[in-house]
Amino acid sequence: MATRWFGAPVQRSEDPRLLRGRGTYVDDIDLPEMVHAAVLRSPYAHARIKRIDASAARALPGVHLVLTAEDLGELLEPSPLLVPHPALTQPRTQLPLARDEVHYAGAAVAFVVAEDRYLAEDALELIDVDYEPLPVVASLEQAAAEGAPLVHADVPGNVAAHLVQRVGDPEGVMASAPHVLRERFVMERGSAMPMEGRGVVARWDPHEGMLTCWMSTQGPIPIRNGLAAMFRLPEHKVRVVAPDVGGGFGTKIMMFYPEEILTPLAALRLGRPVKWIEDRAEHFLSANQERGQIHDVEYAFDDQGILLAVRDVFLHDTGAYTPYGIIVPIITACTLPGPYRLRHYYSEFKVLYTNKVPVSPYRGAGRPHAVFVMERIMDRIAAELGLDPLEVRSRNFIRPDEFPWDVGLVYQDGGPTIYDSGNYQAGLERLKEALGYEQFREEQRRAREQGRYLGIGVACYVEGTGIGPYEGAQVRVESDGRVYVSTGVTTQGQAHQTTFAQIVADQLGVDPRDVLVTTGDSQAFYWGVGTFASRAATVAGSAIHLAAVKVREKAKQVAADLFEASPEDIELADGKVFVRDAPHRALTLGQVAIASNPLRYSYGENARKLMQMQLAGPRPGPALPEERGGPGLEATAFYSPPRGTFASGVHGAIVEVDPRTGMVTFLKYVAVHDCGRVINPLVVEGQVHGGVAQGIGGAFYERLVFNEEGQLLNGSFMDYLLPTVEEIPPLQVEHVETPSPLNPLGVKGAGEAGTIPVAALFASALDDALAPFGLRIREMPLDPCLLQQLLKEHQNT
Amino acid sequence: MYAFDEPGSPPQFCEEYDLTVTVNGCLYQRRIPVRLLLSDFLRHELHLTGTHVGCEHGVCGCCTVLLNGEAVRSCLLLAVQVDNMALTTIEGLAGSAEELHPIQRAFQEKHALQCGFCTPGFIMSVHAFLHEHPDPDERQIRQGLAGNLCRCTGYQNIVEAVKLAARYLRSSQSQKEEA
Repeated sequence: MATRWFGAPVQRSEDPRLLRGRGTYVDDIDLPEMVHAAVLRSPYAHARIKRIDASAARALPGVHLVLTAEDLGELLEPSPLLVPHPALTQPRTQLPLARDEVHYAGAAVAFVVAEDRYLAEDALELIDVDYEPLPVVASLEQAAAEGAPLVHADVPGNVAAHLVQRVGDPEGVMASAPHVLRERFVMERGSAMPMEGRGVVARWDPHEGMLTCWMSTQGPIPIRNGLAAMFRLPEHKVRVVAPDVGGGFGTKIMMFYPEEILTPLAALRLGRPVKWIEDRAEHFLSANQERGQIHDVEYAFDDQGILLAVRDVFLHDTGAYTPYGIIVPIITACTLPGPYRLRHYYSEFKVLYTNKVPVSPYRGAGRPHAVFVMERIMDRIAAELGLDPLEVRSRNFIRPDEFPWDVGLVYQDGGPTIYDSGNYQAGLERLKEALGYEQFREEQRRAREQGRYLGIGVACYVEGTGIGPYEGAQVRVESDGRVYVSTGVTTQGQAHQTTFAQIVADQLGVDPRDVLVTTGDSQAFYWGVGTFASRAATVAGSAIHLAAVKVREKAKQVAADLFEASPEDIELADGKVFVRDAPHRALTLGQVAIASNPLRYSYGENARKLMQMQLAGPRPGPALPEERGGPGLEATAFYSPPRGTFASGVHGAIVEVDPRTGMVTFLKYVAVHDCGRVINPLVVEGQVHGGVAQGIGGAFYERLVFNEEGQLLNGSFMDYLLPTVEEIPPLQVEHVETPSPLNPLGVKGAGEAGTIPVAALFASALDDALAPFGLRIREMPLDPCLLQQLLKEHQNT
Repeated sequence: MYAFDEPGSPPQFCEEYDLTVTVNGCLYQRRIPVRLLLSDFLRHELHLTGTHVGCEHGVCGCCTVLLNGEAVRSCLLLAVQVDNMALTTIEGLAGSAEELHPIQRAFQEKHALQCGFCTPGFIMSVHAFLHEHPDPDERQIRQGLAGNLCRCTGYQNIVEAVKLAARYLRSSQSQKEEA
């Protein structure tokens, strides 16, 4: 093969369009006769709805439709429970519009459609809702308290789910262990905050009998299936497209957000296209959030720093509903052992309802919490025994020859948690060197002499990625010689149009620029699940690879007939197809595509040239020989992973803390990352950079603050601080490549990794910097005020 | 902009206004509601959808455009406020449909975008910034771009792109001067 594209830093084919402002995000879609929707949201976190009077809104000129719960008929059904689990005994999901009761501030109560958005928002103010406030559960502690108010009157103790998992004999080991410690760790909520909010445009076409919805979503195909069932339409008469999506990070993989039902419903009722675009204020109140957990952990270790047993009992805040089942806390439980040889582990969690925005996975999805707990344990063991924290980690690592490593737990996909491959010590060595770990203590000592507090922090993680059930893809070469690929996953910035093209380019011997990839259009590819859980490159990428291999084999067959050669002697390179020993007599891939379709009439330059060449005529028998499997250079393939593949990494940073102000500055940040074989290093590094930035936000800036009434107090970018370029340090990314044996490409997921260890390493670095004060960090996220307060409290005790 | 019906009665505001504005070198005259935001005017009246709206409260910078050469947030302005002024949006930056502006080129070469939603706002901010600071150091770049939020890239490659764009612009400037 002339060039290998897999692994090359290919520039993104998405960019020229996006750089010119010619992307198509949902709000860019403008259809004739389109009308605009706005949502009335509950101002109360918990209240009974006694009466809704929308008559004044309905009477406002320019208002086309006002929907309340009673107008929804049979659509007034709770959304499906996406991932049921036997331990989830009290699942509750959301109605498209609240009836009788609201369970969080921001819940949708009415949906107004008007001539323009300004008018629709005017009409919201004319809707009179009579609420009777009910007692509010505003925090996990409160939800768990004896005699707490109930979020759902029929869910005792606010307990949605309770799950216990056990590996080995943790109690027995603890009873005889030389050291046992017990600590509480608290994680508070944050939010994914993609720069583009959610949005839906829906159009009903009566001529085609087709409902088309453009949505800023990570999972258009499941949404297509759901909408078809709801509106009693054939699935192929509902088209859901995720066009350019301005970031997702998990919050856009939901089924269903109310507006995803209400907007198409309004389009069907009105016979006009309807657009609903979430504004930022709404996003703070209605897009799913994550991260709230409280861990009580007990752990045992020996004099050499070997971790012997862990007993982790935690509470998980699911908000008002469990749309995503108990995926997040299961991931937490399964991620906690990390890269360590933990053989005795007890994990128990309760999932509790609170009167807050529902919880579903956000980049990291339960993992940052688990890594925080485990890495705090590692640091503490080191501190207790006077050992180097990295040495303690090394002593506990699973060794490269111990894979596959069975953690002994049931993972989020229902399968076993088995690490397929990894080399954790190699990552740690790389980090030590890049971070200047050995030299740091001297630097720290000198800084202390000048009254400056420098600290170094490190955190390791193992991340389950690339879970099933499956993805598929179609690859087709058209007469122009270009290759068209479609798959069911979506793209919200991961450069799939480039990386998937690289995979195909290698198989078909073409330039990736001649491979055009369509993602996220249910009409372009019928089957699939979506882009989440760091699975697109692994699962869809593998399916694309398999389809491309099939197309290559078919191209060889067709060309072999034309050249009267054997398929084994046919090569594909530089867009050409030829017999290995006779490259001068080559066909273009487009010409082979034409020849693969036995038509009487073919058109265009490629076809004309093909006619002029002295090639073999068709073989006797059917025009389309059986073994070709159909006309055209086209193939479809599916890939279903046997189980998840486990990526890993270790991050380290040097920070400076100002104890007077509580401000922390990153001086150096190194991420060592192992996602198996890398398709495009530019893209993977970009993913890691972005993940780290979100992790820094989740460690030190982004904390959603609710008061005791369940009201969000910092629901704007003025108060909820996304890190800017001034808060994010220069990032150094190092790759370790341990291929996955599970999939044909050897790849592992890379999307979430950057975020996962950051809060843990931040806590580690703060402990180190503030060692003279003896402070130990036990919560995330922090902020300067909180850090200052912790220092003050610590000094007073 | 408004007229009194009769003395003593509350003022009656006009709901509409005849706006004249130059955008990317084209003169537009439109009758618009006075409450229309500039961002909505650009996006929905002129269909220049490259200007994105990320927060509608002036923090994220996605909606940044150039108003008489200065970077402004189009979500914090009413369209009527730009009467008789000249705007440049992302669509007007490159000379032609085929070529990229040096800043756009630098963003692609340095992989400074992922989902692309914040990108037009960044590029407009960078345009104004490099006009003021043709040879910036990294600290200046980071200060200069702190008014734009990106959730995908971690900013690293954006900073690199700005350095590269500055080089491109300086070299094309010196070429012009030589000519």
